[in-house]
Amino acid sequence: MAQSEQDSIDRRGALECMIWAGTGVLWTMVGGVPRSSSLLGISEANAQAASGFTFLQISDSHIGFKAPANPNPMATLEEAIAKVGALPQKPAFMLHTGDITHLSKPDEFDNADQAIGKARLDTFYVPGEHDIVDPDLGKAYLERYGKRVQAKGTGWYSFDKNGVHFVGLVNVANLKAGGMGALGAEQLAWLADDLKGKSASTPIVLFAHIPLWTVAENWGWGTDDAAQALGLVKRFGSVTVLNGHIHQIMQKVEGAVTFHTARSTAFPQPAPGSAPSPGPMRVPDDKLRTVLGITTVEVKRGTQPLAITDSELVKA
Amino acid sequence: MSLIYDSLRAFAAGAAVCCAVYGALAQSGETHLTIDNFTFKPDVITVPAGTKIVWENDDDIPHSIVETTGKFRSPALDTEDKFSFTFDKAGSYEYFCGLHPHMKGKVVVMP
Repeated sequence: MAQSEQDSIDRRGALECMIWAGTGVLWTMVGGVPRSSSLLGISEANAQAASGFTFLQISDSHIGFKAPANPNPMATLEEAIAKVGALPQKPAFMLHTGDITHLSKPDEFDNADQAIGKARLDTFYVPGEHDIVDPDLGKAYLERYGKRVQAKGTGWYSFDKNGVHFVGLVNVANLKAGGMGALGAEQLAWLADDLKGKSASTPIVLFAHIPLWTVAENWGWGTDDAAQALGLVKRFGSVTVLNGHIHQIMQKVEGAVTFHTARSTAFPQPAPGSAPSPGPMRVPDDKLRTVLGITTVEVKRGTQPLAITDSELVKA
Repeated sequence: MSLIYDSLRAFAAGAAVCCAVYGALAQSGETHLTIDNFTFKPDVITVPAGTKIVWENDDDIPHSIVETTGKFRSPALDTEDKFSFTFDKAGSYEYFCGLHPHMKGKVVVMP
């Protein structure tokens, strides 16, 4: 790694993230500031892990999807999990930011669980809109993933790991005509109560399926009442918001809040405005993994701009 | 019978011209709508009472049809899945996709 890059990474508050194969993000917590790293930066990841801890995010596995954009999302999920298993430093746990399945069918959940279980990592879920279309509108999801974390309402909960407070939010349930994602009054009241008493120096990680910032309103890529949730975390010195849903990497930093969306393990979606609709983006079969290649996003606080570097897993 | 049918056809043809303002006017019986590129097509339709409307999802992503006041709700429709509802009572029925609520449509049922 170039010396100048090393300097930047060491800078307090720097957040670097590298993503491989469109499959996951390895986050490292050092001094309460999350950074992410990658297979390419193994030695650095090890050094960070010695003083902090790492966790992983995967998203949008869409097990059950059969369309040409990826007729076999099970294979790409298994590849993603194989990458996780090959990490030299075992992450503490994994987050899945929703759309585990395509149609909330029991066998889709079973297959996803089977593949994800091979990572042998404690995994924390939030539902995507595809995970709550069972006949009882989310009962199947809650029974499978909600009980273990004592989820409230449609599946929200929080937990603490190594001094970091993680909050899983649901913004895909009980949606209103014409709107985008929504958290709802009950969940916002719970969040206010959940954060009460937490010291402002506690690093906060919010994770939810749909972005908690408006990426593309005409595609519904945002959360109507996200501002209220973000208002509740305003007093905290370090807030990281991790989302999925849009099947591509987007990141922004606003004050102490870093927003990041992960790629899908199943298929890409178009950039906002680049297609008539946000539906699955078809790429040539032999290009799928090329397109899903490694992306490095380095966010430096202060006056330095985001540095985003894409490196394909398989060179085109 | 054929006269009525022909005049309905003529009326429907005329309605097609002004559908940008009034929405499409369909004949009674069965009317087919599609869901394409995250859009209900047509998004506004006017039908006589007793019409059965059939929606077909032509997208690679599931959608659903949820009437805003709860009068009907489809399951998630995968690619090429269909859902139908027969509109017996006159009125205006607004609906949206339960997965992607920015997708909206309206059925106007004439007496």
